Amino acid sequence: MDIPYTVEVRRDTGLTNGKIGIWLFLASEVMLFGALFASYILIRVGAPNWPKGDTILNVPMATFNTIVLITSSITMVMAWASLMRNRFGTFRIYMGATILLGFVFLVVKYFEYSAKLHHGLYPSTNNFLAIYFTLTGLHMLHVIGGMAVNAYLWGFGSKLWKTNPVWFTNRVENSGLFWHFVDLVWIFLFPTLYLL
Amino acid sequence: MSQPGAIATPTPHAAHEGHHEELGFWRKYVFSVDHKVIGIQYAITGLLFLLFGFSLMMLMRWQLAYPGSPLPLLGSLLGEVRMPGGIMQPDFYNELGAMHGTIMVFLGVVPLAVGGFGNFVLPLQIGAPDMAFPRLNMASYWFFFLGGMIMLGSFFVPGGAAQGGWTSYSPLANLAGMGQTVWLIGMIFLITSSLLGAINFITTTIQLRAKGLSFMRFPFFVWAQFVTSFLLLLAFPPLEAAAVMQLMDRLAGTSFFLPSGLVVSGQVLDVAGGGNPILWQHLFWFLAHPEVYVLILPAMGIVAEIIANNTRKPLWGYRPMVYSLVFLGFMSFLVWAHHMFMTGMGTEMAAFFQTTTMIISIPSVVILTALVISLWGGSIRFNTPMLFALGFLPMFGIGGLTGLPLGFNISDIPLHDTYYVIAHFHYVVAPGTIFALFAGIYYWFPKATGRMMNETLGKIHFFGSIVCMNVIFMPMFLVGLAGVSRRLFDGGESYAFAQPVLQMNVVSSWGAWILAIFQIPFIFNFFWSIWKGEKTGDNPWQATTLEWAAPSPPPHGNFLVAPEAYRGPYEYSVPGAAKDFTPQHEA
Repeated sequence: MDIPYTVEVRRDTGLTNGKIGIWLFLASEVMLFGALFASYILIRVGAPNWPKGDTILNVPMATFNTIVLITSSITMVMAWASLMRNRFGTFRIYMGATILLGFVFLVVKYFEYSAKLHHGLYPSTNNFLAIYFTLTGLHMLHVIGGMAVNAYLWGFGSKLWKTNPVWFTNRVENSGLFWHFVDLVWIFLFPTLYLL
Repeated sequence: MSQPGAIATPTPHAAHEGHHEELGFWRKYVFSVDHKVIGIQYAITGLLFLLFGFSLMMLMRWQLAYPGSPLPLLGSLLGEVRMPGGIMQPDFYNELGAMHGTIMVFLGVVPLAVGGFGNFVLPLQIGAPDMAFPRLNMASYWFFFLGGMIMLGSFFVPGGAAQGGWTSYSPLANLAGMGQTVWLIGMIFLITSSLLGAINFITTTIQLRAKGLSFMRFPFFVWAQFVTSFLLLLAFPPLEAAAVMQLMDRLAGTSFFLPSGLVVSGQVLDVAGGGNPILWQHLFWFLAHPEVYVLILPAMGIVAEIIANNTRKPLWGYRPMVYSLVFLGFMSFLVWAHHMFMTGMGTEMAAFFQTTTMIISIPSVVILTALVISLWGGSIRFNTPMLFALGFLPMFGIGGLTGLPLGFNISDIPLHDTYYVIAHFHYVVAPGTIFALFAGIYYWFPKATGRMMNETLGKIHFFGSIVCMNVIFMPMFLVGLAGVSRRLFDGGESYAFAQPVLQMNVVSSWGAWILAIFQIPFIFNFFWSIWKGEKTGDNPWQATTLEWAAPSPPPHGNFLVAPEAYRGPYEYSVPGAAKDFTPQHEA
């Protein structure tokens, strides 16, 4: 039994099931990070003093990571665009680059975290570090999740291209929507935690 | 789904057998991707959790009725730590209270109302072959199942299960034993489950509705599930954020919810401080108020279906009901702080939230009134589902109206955290929602099994239950108005002011135990009817909605021919029609 509108769009909504599903998922993600940002604001306005981000955190490293993630969003779009133009080889290259850039992000993050822990700065030290570790940690889990899906689409999952290229392209597009969201969260996180 | 090859097998029975050969036992009944099997899995798991949560409460009721007396027979079985010599210890009482709330809400009612009825009925009512994401659907059930097992397992960790109430308030929950950590991990599983379910329900409703089934031709039940799914989708993530922060507080030593200078047992707590316990309450109630509507909206949907069917009339005011439902869903995100009047919020804040709370009562009253007016002039069939649906109306009415004094800042302050609150929300959920769920089980049982449930046993179940429910909860209004706190381990025995109402505790307790006896006919009826119930056709209630166009029980893929909707959902007793119901799928 096949579920309708998995591959083709439904005419009156103009959407596939997967497209609606991923947007609903992103809506719930907005609420998740929204609640954390709201908590950050509440705790910060209630604090008698609050450290400025750049006195504790490493701004150059985070700036580099911001550039890495934005670049990975561009390569993600290029990967999808390659499939739209029927160029599977180019898709492989761009998708590989996206995954690699995600990996670079994680490595930089690893150095940042270990430097903090090395200097005795733990989540329990103060609430600034608590919110820093919680927000960036949750974001990092999202990066890893996005990379896992992209890696599947790059490798084993790309078999679908041979049998059903439209479906495969839709999957890459939906994975891309998630990846852009992860990027967007970081673009909010970076100024909030590091610069303000 | 309707490939040319499949049409060659004419009877549903033959099509059914074809699948017997394809799928083994495990894929067909355990790790199934069929929405009907998943719905039944949800329903049965939910019913078992309801029974378990009810049992916890029956133990608590012994302590409340006869504080400090040894519990005969069962008491000695629960161990020397929990009940030495059959006498309940305060810690164990607190475990029972916290887990009763958690289990009833998150593992009993919601899985049955949304996971069970939503999964089973919604795709059938919109004429879909299955849910939009069948494998996600299976994952959703198994996340729920794991979350439930984690919650049950928490009874066996050192220090026992969570004791911080179903609200898990900080800083109490930060300082509690290991059970609280397990509770939080269990909640994250349950949140994940309902998130996946919500995405699936919304997508299915938008995308897989049958040809001709526009939104205003949806049965009211579909609308109820649709709005409920949005509440689950958008209200649960903030609790997930809060759960992550509380876990960080407990495991990584952060102070999100711990203020500076907190003194515990005469010593200042050694944490960074600077956190805010009220923040937990805001995040918790931002979920938990919409959650109240998650509990009630599917129940309203079920009752609407059954009332339309058994009055043989269209619902009175279908459109205003739908608009009220959508408005209710929207407003439910703007009332949460009426649970927090006691936190010392400013008068402007309190005024805002009591105003929104009064506004949200309007759509509830519109829906309830429309359901009552729908009865007017109908020739009502008093079968078991209809009795439970009719029972829902006054019970939900009592629960709703007694909520108004709690929504007002001024009158909430003396009533807050008393037995009055317990009575209020139990009237909404226990004889309200749970009666609607029973109604739904009796109503859709023939669709799921092809057999009817026994009417006589059903009526014993209904009349016994409705009397007992009122015996349990009506006295609690009086106990609460006398000012007795709901958290007292001895039911108020040690307080002079509570003495005149103490005997009410005994009444409530006996009501609860007798209620348990009246569930036996239901349990027997349920299992007996699966195998021995009277066999029935595809449409035993002569109903109009699309689920009755499918065979009973529907095969994998549901409909033999993809149905098409030609009219609204409740075309009963149309003047000039040959019969008193005109199904949606008949041209």
